[in-house]
Formats: sequence, structure tokens, C-alpha cells
Amino acid sequence: MADVMKLKVITPEKQFYEGEVAMVELTTTEGQIGIYPNHIPLTAVVAPGLLKIHEKGEVKKTSLMAGFITIMPDLVTIMAEVAEWPEEIDFKRAEEARTRAERRLSSNDADLDVLRAEMALKRALVRLELKH
Amino acid sequence: MASMRDIKRRRASIQSTGQITKAMKLVSTVKLQKSRTKAESSKPYFNQMYGTIAAMLERSGNMDHKYLCTGEGGKKAVIAITSNRGLAGGYNNNIVKMIVASPELNAGDTKVYAIGRKGRDGLVRKGYEIAEDYSEVIDEPMYQDASDLTAVLLESFGKGEIGEIYLAYTSFKNTVVHIPKLIRLLPFDREAVEAEESNGEKAQALMNYEPNAEAVLDQIIPKYMSSLIYGALLEAVASENGARMTAMDSATNNAEEMLGKLEIQYNRARQGSITQELTEIIAGANAIS
Repeated sequence: MADVMKLKVITPEKQFYEGEVAMVELTTTEGQIGIYPNHIPLTAVVAPGLLKIHEKGEVKKTSLMAGFITIMPDLVTIMAEVAEWPEEIDFKRAEEARTRAERRLSSNDADLDVLRAEMALKRALVRLELKH
Repeated sequence: MASMRDIKRRRASIQSTGQITKAMKLVSTVKLQKSRTKAESSKPYFNQMYGTIAAMLERSGNMDHKYLCTGEGGKKAVIAITSNRGLAGGYNNNIVKMIVASPELNAGDTKVYAIGRKGRDGLVRKGYEIAEDYSEVIDEPMYQDASDLTAVLLESFGKGEIGEIYLAYTSFKNTVVHIPKLIRLLPFDREAVEAEESNGEKAQALMNYEPNAEAVLDQIIPKYMSSLIYGALLEAVASENGARMTAMDSATNNAEEMLGKLEIQYNRARQGSITQELTEIIAGANAIS
């Protein structure tokens, strides 16, 4: 039984990540999942969250905003609309985005697009989580 | 025969035009290389997306999904991707001609979502209705633009304002070959996908969907559309620069050829005028003596 599987993370701009991994953790619309090799075939929709890539002896963290994931026993493919390494994130901007989204949510405006504001807040929070 | 001065003036003007076309060719060569790498690096995403969606449709059988049936709206939408600038040979005109010639898209019941001013203007002249204009996008296409456009289109599709969505763009084969293409985005062309899938693709194990197949399809088809539009934008930019490069190359060659001809004409005129002057002087000298 193989103890590693292949992981591919593809964004519209480029192949974001490709390599052998021991485990992958991410958030789907149904909740957080961790995938080990020989998982049953599964396709799920990705929700904004952290993507933790467990390589041999090292854990890489990236943000993952939207997209979907296709899991095969020996291959995991993540089609990400947005994915960023921590060093690519502008934390000051994320901080501002969080404040803005929080303000919008608490403003009680009648024609507020709650869903959009919530998504913006979520994205900002995910980015800020990578700061440490 | 034209006078020496006229030929000289003409030659100067052609020379400066030649210089401009040469510079434009160089610029578009550089831009072509850039846009080409960009277009190529977006390929894996699209291919993967296509594979996933094809596999899904194959296994899901006759699923009844809103994106798989023609919407009730009578109108059709077409995304016309052209450029903002001309001087690219037949590049823009080919797209306009293709849309006009296609039997599905006649001027009366088609809404155009224009990306690129040249195509927009051309289609307006042919009597098409422009629903939206996203011309600034083509200068620097981003994935966000494609997904915004998808959202707009799906909203009208959902509201029943449009029943079918087409995409017209120029696909980039190589530096000199660009093919105008018209594809149907919605309703999803199931037969085409399945036909391609069945020749040779692996039959995968039974796939599970979370939360369920319909919900996943709900999410995937918009993303598939965005990726298709994004890919088309990038290919169109590459094609535009390729077309401009070829056009400017032949313009430069033509200018050089004309300069050569004018040079000969000029020399002949100069020779003629010298001969004439000489004859006049000799005649004058003879008359005096």
C-alpha cells in the first residue's frame, strides 16, 4: 500500500503545486476533510479555507478560495480559482478587507449583499490565518 | 512621368510608414511571446476541468439539469472576443463575418457581449444589439473578468432572458495560423463532450459526489464556463498579436518593395533631367557659335 499520493493544485494562471504528499487537509462545502492515500473516489466543492499539504516531514500551508477537488486513490487534483502561498499574500490588505467586511455586516443596510460580505470576510480571515 | 520632387516626397512618406510598421511588428512579436506563454500556462487548468466535467456527464447518465437544457428565453447571447486596435489584418473582421454568417445567430434575436471595440463596432454596423461592453478587459485579461462575465450571463440565463450562450473567439494554432471559432457554452453540449470522451479516455472507478452530483454540477459548470472564457481571452490576445505581426511583416515587405521601385523611377527621372539639361546647354552653345 502506497504511503504517498500525487497532489496537483492548478489555478487558471499556472500549475500551482505538484508533488508527492502523505496527506492533504482542506475545507469543502461539507466541512473539513483530510485525505490520505487510497481514499475513495470523490468530487467535492471547495470552500474558502486553508490547504495544508503534508509532505514527507514538512507541512506547507496555502490559502484556497474557491474551486473543486477530485480525489482518486493515488491522485488528488485541486482546481483552485484562487490559491496563494503565505509569501504572496498582502496582509495589510487582508486586514483592511476584514475590517471593511465586518463593518458592512454590522451596518444593517437594507440592500446589503450579506452573502458577498460574508464571503469577503471569510477570505480575509483565511489569509490572516496564514500570517503566523 | 512623375517629377523628381514628387517621387522623392512619395519615397519619404513610404519610408516613414515602413519604419512604423517595422516597429509595430517588433512590438507585437514581443507581446506575442508573452501572451503565448500565458495562454499555454492556462491550458492545464482548462484540460483538467474539461476532463472532470466530461467524466461527470458520462457517468451521471441522463441527468436533468438546468444548464443541460435550452433555457426558455428566446434570445441568444454571444460573447464576441476581438481587439481594441486595428491593423491586425483580417483578425477582427473574421470574427464579425463568422458571427454574421452563422445560421444560429441572426441580428434580430442575438445579444452581443462584446469584448474588444473593433468587433463591437463591426457588429453594431451589421445591426446587432450590444448588451454589454467589456472592451477594456482584452488589454489585460484576468480570470476575475471571465468569472464576472460568467456570473452576468448565468443570471440572465437563469432569469430566462437568454436561452443559449455562444462564444466567438480566435483560437491560436501557431504564430501564423489563427482560426476563428464559435462554440456553444450553454446549454452544455453534451454529445460533443461524450463523443470526445469515448475515444480512448480511461473508464474511471465509480465517483462519489459531495454533497451530491447536481450540486457539484451547479458549481462546476459556471467554473467551466469561466475557464473556457478565460482561455479564449488569452488565446485571442495571442492570436491578435500574431495576426498583427504577420500583417505588419507583409506591410514592411510591401513598403520595401515599393521603395525599390521608386528608387529606380527616381534614378531614371534624374538621369532624364540631366540629359535634358545637357542637350539644352549644347543646343544653346551651338546657337551662340
